[in-house]
Amino acid sequence: MNPALLGLFTIIIGVGGCLGYFYFSNILLDKVIFPATGKNAGRNINRAEKVRPWLFLAPAIIALGLYLAYPVFATIWLSLTDRSQGNAFVGLANYRQMGLDPKFWEALSNNMLWLIVVPAASTGFGLLAAQLTDRISWGSFAKSIIFMPMAISFVGAAVIFKLVYDARPEGTNQIGILNAIWLQFDGGFWSIVILRVLPVVIMLAIAALSAWLVWVVAQPVFQPERERPGPLVSVVRIVAALAAAFVVIACLRGLVGAVTGTYPYGEAQQWLTIPFWNSFFLMIVLIWIQTGFAMVILSAALRGIPEETIEAAIIDGANPLQIFFSIKMPQIASTIVVVWTTITIVVLKVFDIVYAMTNGQWQTQVLANYMYDKLFRANDWGVGSAAAMVIMLLVTPILVWNVYNARKEMR
Amino acid sequence: MDGMAGGKTSLSWVVNISVVLLVALWLFPTAGLFISSFRTADQISTSGWWASMFPQEQNQTLRTDTPGDPADIPQIDDVYTIDGNLFVAEGQAPDVESVQATISVWGTGSRNIDAYQPGDTADLGDGEAITVQSNGDYVWTSAEPQSGRGQRVFTTAVTPPEFTLDNYRNVLFNPNNREGMAKAFFNTLTVTIPATIIPILIAAFAAYALAWMDFPGRALLIAAVVGLLVVPLQLALIPLLRLHNEIGIGKGYLGVWLAHTGFGLPLAIYLLRNYMVGLPRDIIENARVDGATDFQIFTKIILPLSYPALASFAIFQFLWTWNDLLVALVFLIDSSGDTTVMTKQIVELLGTRGGNWEILATSAFVSIAVPLLVFFSLQRFLVRGLLAGSVK
Amino acid sequence: MATLKLTDVAKTYGGTIDVLKNINLDIKTGELIVFVGPSGCGKSTLLRMIAGLEKISGGELQIDGRVVNNIPPAQRGIAMVFQSYALYPHMTVRDNMTFALKLAKKSKAEIDAAVAKAAKILQLEPYLDRLPKALSGGQRQRVAIGRSIVRDPKVYLFDEPLSNLDAALRVATRIEIAQLKESMPESTMIYVTHDQVEAMTLASRIVVLANKGIAQVGTPLQLYERPENEFVAQFIGSPAMNLLAGEIVETGPQTTIKLIGGGTALANVPTQAADKGLKVNVGVRPEDLTAVNDDAPYIFEGKVNITEALGEVTLLYFDRVGDNDAVIGKLPGIHTGLRGTSVRMTAQPDKVQIFHNGQSLHYR
Repeated sequence: MNPALLGLFTIIIGVGGCLGYFYFSNILLDKVIFPATGKNAGRNINRAEKVRPWLFLAPAIIALGLYLAYPVFATIWLSLTDRSQGNAFVGLANYRQMGLDPKFWEALSNNMLWLIVVPAASTGFGLLAAQLTDRISWGSFAKSIIFMPMAISFVGAAVIFKLVYDARPEGTNQIGILNAIWLQFDGGFWSIVILRVLPVVIMLAIAALSAWLVWVVAQPVFQPERERPGPLVSVVRIVAALAAAFVVIACLRGLVGAVTGTYPYGEAQQWLTIPFWNSFFLMIVLIWIQTGFAMVILSAALRGIPEETIEAAIIDGANPLQIFFSIKMPQIASTIVVVWTTITIVVLKVFDIVYAMTNGQWQTQVLANYMYDKLFRANDWGVGSAAAMVIMLLVTPILVWNVYNARKEMR
Repeated sequence: MDGMAGGKTSLSWVVNISVVLLVALWLFPTAGLFISSFRTADQISTSGWWASMFPQEQNQTLRTDTPGDPADIPQIDDVYTIDGNLFVAEGQAPDVESVQATISVWGTGSRNIDAYQPGDTADLGDGEAITVQSNGDYVWTSAEPQSGRGQRVFTTAVTPPEFTLDNYRNVLFNPNNREGMAKAFFNTLTVTIPATIIPILIAAFAAYALAWMDFPGRALLIAAVVGLLVVPLQLALIPLLRLHNEIGIGKGYLGVWLAHTGFGLPLAIYLLRNYMVGLPRDIIENARVDGATDFQIFTKIILPLSYPALASFAIFQFLWTWNDLLVALVFLIDSSGDTTVMTKQIVELLGTRGGNWEILATSAFVSIAVPLLVFFSLQRFLVRGLLAGSVK
Repeated sequence: MATLKLTDVAKTYGGTIDVLKNINLDIKTGELIVFVGPSGCGKSTLLRMIAGLEKISGGELQIDGRVVNNIPPAQRGIAMVFQSYALYPHMTVRDNMTFALKLAKKSKAEIDAAVAKAAKILQLEPYLDRLPKALSGGQRQRVAIGRSIVRDPKVYLFDEPLSNLDAALRVATRIEIAQLKESMPESTMIYVTHDQVEAMTLASRIVVLANKGIAQVGTPLQLYERPENEFVAQFIGSPAMNLLAGEIVETGPQTTIKLIGGGTALANVPTQAADKGLKVNVGVRPEDLTAVNDDAPYIFEGKVNITEALGEVTLLYFDRVGDNDAVIGKLPGIHTGLRGTSVRMTAQPDKVQIFHNGQSLHYR
């Protein structure tokens, strides 16, 4: 059958089936099983009311259970068995094998890099864009443009950025805009300003901001008695502070590199094959996509800040920077956390970009692509499932946090 | 808002310029692809897309018309003379009038491509000579009848901006193009529409139960939905593929529809429940007093009122299924490749046609055009959904 | 400890839309000035211009003799209490109160002393380490006031500070503010409200704003007893002052007015002979009307349409007579059985106002 026809057929069957199920199951309940007539009418109505929610929920529960809950357990089991030995239980052998695979550690360390850079950069740019676009008359247009990549597939974005990163042999015109710009640099004054001074300034700024973050996050933990957070929160705070401290160190090292490194001026670069840095060129794609999301959410949060608190701060003598950091930022802190965690989850699942652009070559492997590699190329279900479990493990803290918050809100 | 007036204008300048920069940074990558999809392979490979807006200098090697039968070559003053236009001879222009390029310098050998000015006559040796005008008109004279192929001329010409729809014709409507996007486009559509509609229906009923019906375990179920929101679908790949194989669905549309339905449900239920819970209780209680059953309340009151939330989720699910690669790779695309979707097709092209930007750019743009259209026309709902859907 | 002087202050939006113009006002040290007026009269805008949150489009604002038109808010020596309190939700009560002092780089000892003092005055000591969300509405209001006090400003600005409180709390807080003012006799305060009870009870002087300008400035009693114009006459007092159309028939130190509907009013307002025949409105407050016997001279006669017994007084709503608005009377005690009857009413001559073209003849 023609797939389009099949599709149409499915829509009709699917939609009709769903509606039919809900309609007839309710009729059945009210008219046949527990009819609201006769001498048991009152009791029957009560019974029907007890059953009805489950009628409404049944398809969703079955689908969720089968397509999301069951696979979690099945994957745990798969990660403990070996397919080539007839699915025999092998304990942690798959994990051990994965632990010995340098590609896995490459993927894991790359993922950690992604986990720090992408949420931070997307949230940062998003906050900047939200703050700036809310102040100008054509802000909503600017917002649309920055938000637009949200609609573009990771694969489409991969093609878009492959064109940006394209390199042509020497002597021909560069058609990738990055190389075209790169070739403008010749080691002269502007090269030094843009490629040495500017990165140093930016990295100093990030390092300073991160150092401030370390202090802000870690400080309450070391408070004596007064308002010290609970042990769980303390652990989270310490971990976050360590991550921020790592960023400080990375920035300072990068800073040294930016000052002392030698640049291959005048040569077109194959950006995606430069080890270590190529991961950043892949991250740019995801940052480009996710910034719009961060901007939209944060912009709404910024607009939700009561105007009078800002006016009060003005009267109290705060300058615009102090207003931003002391009044606005704390009031949108919870939203920033939401944006950050949401992007973190996207990062953990990122697959298409790496698959389409480098397929994990040149040391750009990430967990999701590593897992796909193991599952469908090497056909090693054990190690593939073990890799999936690692992703699951990384997601779990966020999952717990979300559930905790959702339950708190419902009360 | 900065308290006092001083310095406000300069600050607003800084803000405006920063936003212009941001917008440019975010727009340029897509613009590059979009513009490239309207350029010929030659144009793309010889100059950056940003140059396409302006007239550009292009070095080309052109040939005059092939001389043909010596007897047919006209003789003027005992000299065999062939005249014509280089661009017309190369098929770059249908006739002399429509030539748009302007030759600035030209030559007869690859070593000295800038030897002559337009209007100059080049001596080719053996009594042959050629004169080339700036519009490509040439006169090729010779004492003996010319033979062989046409004379090569190396031109440096300024050509005005030029765009073409040929790429789209080739990618979308050329039945002989095995790498065309037409089939993949319809396959994507076939995946997307049922995978968008079915989860909405299932989720709407579940969301109503979770929002407005009282039963034991409700809070637990809501918590479970919130938890499932973030479960990476990577975990589901192997167990579900095995399940599909065991129950006989295998790889195919049915499998991918079911998978998308399952993966989309948590967000759908979460979004819709949050929206429905916010509907005024009075309306629902009033309907109940009026004697409506739960089923009637749901279909007659809740569903119509939840239209904005339904639209939000529909857009999410549409974008997600349209743009998806992983689920299609695992659950749909078999070795025959008949059911390939656009994302997969593009990844294939990236491998096989990595340098052919006219094909890549056009194919990619075909695949992102529909989401962009949806995005710009329904942005309102998308934003609303995002605000409601991010777990607070 | 500060004086304010507003000279021809004006506010326009986009250069064309007038919101306020020709505002001239002198405020002396230690006064509590209340801006009052109907919604949209620009009273909050005027306050925000004094605060520096809105640009002054024209004229001059002086605080202690210094022109502050272009001085940022923080350097004007003002503190403001907002309608919604505007507490920083992420800071404790203590941090809310010390934010401005920390920004001003005050020493820790100074800050602690200021907080301790303010907390004591406002009885906030037990709550200093709480977040605003853990406080009741009244407590939040006190924190907002405390945040002003610690700064020891020259001028306190209050923007409808009681309008978010419930009725009982509003009365209690109003009294607290009055006591606060008593305890700081040197401080200058400006208070915006739409509630005339707040205005009458708190103000040393009231500024009534209407029609983009000042309708009258005066003490509460001046406004009540001798309103300059019909607007103020009807804005202050509840129910509003009755206005009855008529014509001056006798002039002199006392003026006699023949009213439409047959009544005659005698007013302690001096007039000249030339005023004879002038078309005027006579203003009498409902509480000043008293019932008279059939043969005594009366200002007004009418049929009672509805009565409302409030306990200590009874309100009488009369049928309309001629072009006049329906007259309202207020009799002490409880009166039943008046509905449908015809009643004649009069008032003491010194309680009767005369308005011509909306302006009181008393101030001519």
